[in-house]
Amino acid sequence: MTTRATRLKRLIGAVTVAATVAAVAACGSGDSGDTAADGTVTLEFAQWWGAELPAGDFDKIINDFTAQNPNIKIKLLSAPYASTKQQLVTGAASKTLPDVVGLDGAWVNDFAKQGAIADMSKLMTDASYDPSQLASQIQLDGKTYMIPVVNFVYPLFVNKDLLTKAGVADVPATRSEFLDAAKKISATGDNVKGWALPLDTAVPNGIQNDVMSWLWASGGSMLTDGKPNLTSPQVKSTVEYVKSLNDAGVIAPGSLTMKEQDKVEKFSNGQVGMMIDSLAHINLIKKNKPDLNFEVAALPAEDGYTGKRGIPYASWGIGISNSTKHKAEAFKFVSYLMSQETNAKLSTIANGFPGNKNAEPDFSDSDPLFKAAFDIYKQGYPANEFVGLPKAEDLMRSFDEQLQLVLTGKQSVDDALAKSQESWSSVIG
Amino acid sequence: MTSAHVEPVTAPPVAPPAGRPAPGRARVNPARRLIPYAYLSPTIVLMMVLMVVPIVMVVGYSFRDNVIVQENPVLVGFANYTKVLTDPDFLVALKNTAVFISVSTVAHLVLGLGFALMLNTQLLSGVTKAVFRIVYILPWLFTIAVIAVIWRLLLDPAGVVNYVLQTLGLVQEGVNWLGDPSTALWAVTFANVWSGYPFFMISLLAALQGISADLYEAAAVDGAGPLRRFLNVTLPQLRPVIISMAVLDLIWTSQQFALIWMMTGGGPLNTTEMLSTYTYKQAFSEYEFATASAAAVIVLLLTMVLAFFYVRQQQRER
Repeated sequence: MTTRATRLKRLIGAVTVAATVAAVAACGSGDSGDTAADGTVTLEFAQWWGAELPAGDFDKIINDFTAQNPNIKIKLLSAPYASTKQQLVTGAASKTLPDVVGLDGAWVNDFAKQGAIADMSKLMTDASYDPSQLASQIQLDGKTYMIPVVNFVYPLFVNKDLLTKAGVADVPATRSEFLDAAKKISATGDNVKGWALPLDTAVPNGIQNDVMSWLWASGGSMLTDGKPNLTSPQVKSTVEYVKSLNDAGVIAPGSLTMKEQDKVEKFSNGQVGMMIDSLAHINLIKKNKPDLNFEVAALPAEDGYTGKRGIPYASWGIGISNSTKHKAEAFKFVSYLMSQETNAKLSTIANGFPGNKNAEPDFSDSDPLFKAAFDIYKQGYPANEFVGLPKAEDLMRSFDEQLQLVLTGKQSVDDALAKSQESWSSVIG
Repeated sequence: MTSAHVEPVTAPPVAPPAGRPAPGRARVNPARRLIPYAYLSPTIVLMMVLMVVPIVMVVGYSFRDNVIVQENPVLVGFANYTKVLTDPDFLVALKNTAVFISVSTVAHLVLGLGFALMLNTQLLSGVTKAVFRIVYILPWLFTIAVIAVIWRLLLDPAGVVNYVLQTLGLVQEGVNWLGDPSTALWAVTFANVWSGYPFFMISLLAALQGISADLYEAAAVDGAGPLRRFLNVTLPQLRPVIISMAVLDLIWTSQQFALIWMMTGGGPLNTTEMLSTYTYKQAFSEYEFATASAAAVIVLLLTMVLAFFYVRQQQRER
């Protein structure tokens, strides 16, 4: 081997070692919340919102903030919902959460108990922020850990053409009317069914959106004083009603492994006449099936119920990492997103409802269905009892498994509720 | 005849040349001895960071009281292992995984060998074999996410599979393949078989093409028919490849997560719950990272048993 070749090999070896050491060192150094030499603070903001908004719209809102606050930069970490959740769970565990985090209400309790997200009540006080303008706050032991920025409600979607074909004149407003309409739609043939019930256990939010929504629509509750009360007559009535829909054969087949997107697909294709779904899907349905004649309505309530109807919702919530060095700057950004003007703008482009009470979304360019849904929302009240509960997804999954046993005839409703109560009690206490 | 006594000749000691150390006792500059390690160091560092450290951490987590979500977890010995091994859901997942990987591996092997033999035959023209080769390898080109979506659509109660079966009069009404507890495990296994047989096919085809024609000619001269040639020539020649592929497939299939998660999520009623989905749920749904770690270590140990057989097989081949 020539001396030249030997030197070259040594050089390559040395460079490789240096590069590896540098890479490993880089892995260990976080750049979250960096402060530049000129005092500019860069905040990392992890969320799934950017991916769900029209391209570039969220960037404009962020750019407006940085224009108003030149000493704060925002680094957006946008990923789909499921990826964001996994990243935040691992980040919370390793105390490396980004400075500002998009949150789902179902995660709050666990993150707060880990000490991963900050008490925002204190930050509000420090910043002299008026919390009365907020539509809601997600609290634990009296401290705010998440602020819902935009809310998405889940009304009843009804295929008007199928309803007419089935000979049903009015959109069902009660449980018995719904059962009757579902039976008539199912009787039209061509594998069309009245309702879709997604009970897939991978993402078991069908329990929240498609099952417990019946309970909340009649003013019911699955909790008493914050503790599970699944054996109550109201919950039993709800599960028995879902079972009656199943027994009547009006639920689209495959519900035990059906996902939310399958439900939307079946409704869009005219394979089911009714579904409970997020307003966020209106544009998707209109885009995929422009001719689909559908409308949104309040969820049917128990016969004879005259009170306000709870309507399930999901939120784009926001929180602040407990480990960030720049909590004040982070809260400045949060308060910007929650300001009347920005919040109205954000909820308009998101086709959701604002987290600021005073913000009015602009429906002038939106589909009329959003205005209709907003009216339903204002007549009722947002209801989602899973928000703030510990291990919320696991609670949904254990209930889901018991409900699946009921629907497959392997268990009675009473046994399912008793077992769910026992399972939930071990988590919630 | 007299015998001559020959004195053994002892070679005079030869002193090593001045300035040149004796063989095996070379005095190497210590710095030069480190050079090979310097070359290896990037790999060693990466292996430490990416493999050894995480594995050690997971093993450590499995012996503590719910780590990560607790600030000061304490050692609990084998409590997490006891909890996992006595959890009925884990035992169901273990049974399902055993069925899933064994059926998948056998089916991969049978299909892969069948198609490889077809593509290796002299009975088909080159063009026909090229077309078949493209068609048969297609499943391998799709990502798992696409495969899951395709098969969810095909197996939908109102999907293509049921339409074909109903048209042929084989079923009266659409079968709920993924939503029915009695068919779900077989449905996801079928999708996994479909996605995985091309790898066997390509590997076995390469092995088939490496078998010397002389062996077949010799067998033919001995009067062996096609079946005997297959049993006595082809299979013994393919044996090392088949064993290696089968063990690797058992390892890979035992780690299958995405397909199950996207097709059934472990349902309905846990009938498709695998060790991978069970572990994921423990960690990311129940936030029980300690039991998830214990489950992961159990899977690691089971996989190491398979890996042991694979390595031993590889050593035998040498």
